[in-house]
Amino acid sequence: MPAVQETVERVRRIDVDQYRYGFETLIESDKAPKGLTEDTVRFISAKKNEPAWMLEWRLEAFRRWLTMTEPQWARVHYPKIDYQDLYYYAAPKPKKQVGSLDEIDPEILKTYEKLGIPLREVEVLEGVVRPEGERKIAVDAVFDSVSVATTFQKELKQAGVIFMPISEAIREHPELVKKYLGSVVPTSDNFFATLNSAVFSDGSFVYVPPGVRCPMELSTYFRINERNTGQFERTLIIADKGSYVSYLEGCTAPQRDENQLHAAVVELVALDDAEIKYSTVQNWYPGNSEGVGGIYNFVTKRGDCRGNNSKISWTQVETGSAITWKYPSCILRGDNSRGEFYSIAISNGHQQVDSGTKMIHLGKNTTSRIISKGIAAGVSQNTYRGLVTAHRKATGARNYTACDSLLIGDKCGAHTVPYVEAKNSSATFEHEATTSKISEDVLFYCVQRGLSQEEAVGLVVNGFVKDVLQQLPMEFAVEAQKLISISLEGSVG
Amino acid sequence: MMSLLEVKDLQVRVEDREILHGLSLTVNPGEVHAIMGPNGSGKSTLSHVIAGKPGYEVTGGEILFKGEDLLEMAPDERAAKGVFLAFQYPVEIPGVATMNFLRTALNAQRKARGESEYSTPDFLKKVREVAKSLNIPQDMLRRGVNVGFSGGEKKRNEILQMALFEPSLCILDEMDSGLDIDALRIAADGVNALRSPDRAMVVITHYQRLLNYIVPDFVHVMSRGKVVKSGGKDLALELEASGYAQFEDAA
Ligand SMILES: Nc1ncnc2c1ncn2[C@@H]1O[C@H](COP(=O)(O)OP(=O)(O)OP(=O)(O)O)[C@@H](O)[C@H]1O
Ligand SMILES: [Mg+2]
Repeated sequence: MPAVQETVERVRRIDVDQYRYGFETLIESDKAPKGLTEDTVRFISAKKNEPAWMLEWRLEAFRRWLTMTEPQWARVHYPKIDYQDLYYYAAPKPKKQVGSLDEIDPEILKTYEKLGIPLREVEVLEGVVRPEGERKIAVDAVFDSVSVATTFQKELKQAGVIFMPISEAIREHPELVKKYLGSVVPTSDNFFATLNSAVFSDGSFVYVPPGVRCPMELSTYFRINERNTGQFERTLIIADKGSYVSYLEGCTAPQRDENQLHAAVVELVALDDAEIKYSTVQNWYPGNSEGVGGIYNFVTKRGDCRGNNSKISWTQVETGSAITWKYPSCILRGDNSRGEFYSIAISNGHQQVDSGTKMIHLGKNTTSRIISKGIAAGVSQNTYRGLVTAHRKATGARNYTACDSLLIGDKCGAHTVPYVEAKNSSATFEHEATTSKISEDVLFYCVQRGLSQEEAVGLVVNGFVKDVLQQLPMEFAVEAQKLISISLEGSVG
Repeated sequence: MMSLLEVKDLQVRVEDREILHGLSLTVNPGEVHAIMGPNGSGKSTLSHVIAGKPGYEVTGGEILFKGEDLLEMAPDERAAKGVFLAFQYPVEIPGVATMNFLRTALNAQRKARGESEYSTPDFLKKVREVAKSLNIPQDMLRRGVNVGFSGGEKKRNEILQMALFEPSLCILDEMDSGLDIDALRIAADGVNALRSPDRAMVVITHYQRLLNYIVPDFVHVMSRGKVVKSGGKDLALELEASGYAQFEDAA
């Protein structure tokens, strides 16, 4: 397993407290004044040259948000967030109007280089280090609040695929945005989603026309750089009839003492016979070994299988953030539609993860599958929270859920909270759950064969999560495998 | 000539209970030693302490391996230096393909010794050869390590690893348990093929039958945490006839 080897080398080079992506980029930025009022919302909307309808939409969300309270039901604990003490918008200050990649601040390009993101199409195309058969990936990179570059525009355009910052889509494709924005996650959905609706600054927009198989993987890379900035991306992906798209999302943030808020909303819409595959590798700064700093990640992700025979598949590898509050869900509205959720959630140190999924069966003969692998180490808490429901008209609904938890050490906790509701007697729901401790005997077996303790843990954990890793696109799977080992470093004595 | 392994007056405790009470054993390169003894006499404990399993407290004595203090080394370091333990109860590692495991382990050892990693074709060729000689089907190597393997298959997988890693000290803890007569012959042939002037074997068993296949140079009887009698291969025959009772008092 060469990836493991490489990981171990990397792990050796860094100590427990060092977060690999924890560097800061020194660029001037353009910020909204601190705090959140109607004026902040207007400021953001004006910055984006938004049409009046968009501003109205935001303001409505903002007014509703004022009446809402933060949810308390998750198994996560954090000091009260002062929403008036945050910046809601930060854009890297352009030296001049950005027209092409060459005009982007070289500091930003350097940051992405450090992160290993192929922003420069040239590099990607010329393929300096390009293994044979590597697929192309179009990248939309969000730096703090603003989308800085979208690669491969031309090729996508030829296929009729629209892939651009959502701020641009609002101006260029208002009919599509108006029709779908908020149609999966309504502005009133929950505290964090409503906040996002009021202040979202950018994110990605994808539209795949009928019958088109998107010619490449689409990818967004989120990076939080500014101090005290909330990041509120908004992603909207529409797969029209009979189309297919695979979307990858990666995240990093610099290392800081104070906590940073991240509250994104992702909406997916799959029409008849369409399929969306959405993969996330989340590697945000988790805080240091004392539990100071780190990202608070409160995210609403939901897919709507609106058409018959449509399919939405979420795959996530969650290794970072101080707090993760995240439930990528599927509404199985179309008959014969299918929802999938494959998750690896790793918590170490003082991390708190409360994540899972919802599968809402509304259409006939809808099926869903949930495979969740939770790994807890250090003094972390790792909760799987899942809901599977079948509406009374959802005849023949079927769900299979398997939740496995692996504990490393004896100061961490893993919890499984499954809710199941069948309002229909023909529904078949199966649920399996296991919790196990990483076995000393297994570790010793590996070590006796020459693996170091760290390598042994990496190997055993990678074996444990294999079913989920297999769901990821190849490049991501390799990266994820490395991350898993890195995030577990120092977890064994 | 320097001994390969020297265990001197070893005292070992587990959870405040002394299990080995001053055990000594010297093994030279090229030799095959059999260790016999009743259940609970401390045979597996000895093998675990040599391999460096956590949880054992050495309260006295020493172990030298090629003249070096073995107890100072981490268990993976011992493996890289040539200590191999074929476990009495090999564990299962779900999701980790046997082939991957073999390669990861072999390369980890080679790297620790400052040797280059095997190339994929060389590695595959080597594994296939050894697997074939041990009657191990290819599809077994694609399955998770020991997952769903029969008792006999698990033992053969241990011998496979031993052949692949080419250790200088092989400790085989009850490799004959759970093997049918044909499997026993195949496994024993595998072990015999590895006999060489610079490699030693310590074979722990309850049954003289195994020693018909793997003929030892020395036989030691362990009882209550000590070696109470040592002799040639005939000692095993004697034990088979009269049992351990005669040694119980000696301990
Ligand atoms: N982890 C442990 N905790 C407590 N006692 C232990 C532990 N490991 C071994 N022992 C005890 O040490 C003694 C020796 O055990 P060991 O497994 O070494 O015997 P053995 O000679 O290999 O026996 P067998 O022939 O049954 O395999 C036994 O009494 C056993 O109960
Ligand atoms: Mg034993």
